[in-house]
Amino acid sequence: MAQSTLTDTGETLTRPDGLPGIVADWSSDQRAFKNVPWGKAMMWIFLLSDTFIFSCFLLSYMTVRMSTTEPWPDSSAIFALHIGGQDVPLILIAIMTFVLISSSGTMVLAVNYGYRNVRKWCAFWLLMTALGGATFVGMQAFEWTKLIVEEGIRPWGNPFGAAQFGSTFFMITGFHGTHVSIGVIFLIAIARKVWRGDFDQRRPGFFTSRKSNYEAVEIMGLYWHFVDLVWVFIFALFYLW
Amino acid sequence: MAQAEGQAHVEGKAHVEGQQHPIGVYLKIWGWLFVLSAGSYAVDYFGLEGYLRWTLILVFMMLKAGLIVAVFMHMLWERLALVYAILVPPVLVLVFVLLMTFEADYTFFTRGIFFVAGS
Repeated sequence: MAQSTLTDTGETLTRPDGLPGIVADWSSDQRAFKNVPWGKAMMWIFLLSDTFIFSCFLLSYMTVRMSTTEPWPDSSAIFALHIGGQDVPLILIAIMTFVLISSSGTMVLAVNYGYRNVRKWCAFWLLMTALGGATFVGMQAFEWTKLIVEEGIRPWGNPFGAAQFGSTFFMITGFHGTHVSIGVIFLIAIARKVWRGDFDQRRPGFFTSRKSNYEAVEIMGLYWHFVDLVWVFIFALFYLW
Repeated sequence: MAQAEGQAHVEGKAHVEGQQHPIGVYLKIWGWLFVLSAGSYAVDYFGLEGYLRWTLILVFMMLKAGLIVAVFMHMLWERLALVYAILVPPVLVLVFVLLMTFEADYTFFTRGIFFVAGS
């Protein structure tokens, strides 16, 4: 590939701190994100667009909930589980939250071991993260089954009150669950590469043909933490509100 | 942060080599996420109501989101040009929230007039 000649001026460009530094980076007529690998910048921009998608879902949920004249179903009771002879409110959702946070924790361990070139532990923690994600999706499938079969909640109506409860619930948690499922597949793919030693040998990427390295694990981590991040908002605004 | 970044800039390596931080930082944040999650669950468990409930939910939510983005996603150590490019646009969503609050109030108001009272 032809590359334009780079002129080495022999001096490091100084960068001012704070706001002038941002202006300098963005106006320098080169790359705005210096020192940031392109893959990471692209992942962040994708996550930004995904943020807007989830924002729109949560916003439409807010709008329909505020504008309905019927009472909103009591999510605390609907998501309760019958354990040991009494109803524990929201317990399944709480467990799902802890599972997802734990998988975020194992993800940072994977990134950490990756950058320290400890191949096996990196792959192990990636697989543990995938396991956490799969557990989460499994529990969500259980939750959906219970809601649809036992409680009779449908996207167009339910026995507890406002019909919008079902439509927003299935839309938001369904979209989030899809993200988790894709993340699990993504995690397994990266874990396979790590295990095979791709990043130690700097084996070229399948799509990019560029030399790969452990940054791929960090970029994967960004996606995974984002999925956890979205759940924080869903848990607070949908389940707890 | 600016100082740490300047340091990395001088050494020129820290960022190129990737985000390497002591594992203890992550474990500490991990623990805090558990505590904060337990806190937000407790809000529901003890059945707090009204403004206290909503305030606590939002505080726990923002603290958790902040810790995840800052430490787990390494925003604390990224260059400001990237941090601002990613974190400023979502703030504008708040304007959208405000607009939809007015819209929802208006819809609720008209529904009250035309559907509930008149039926």
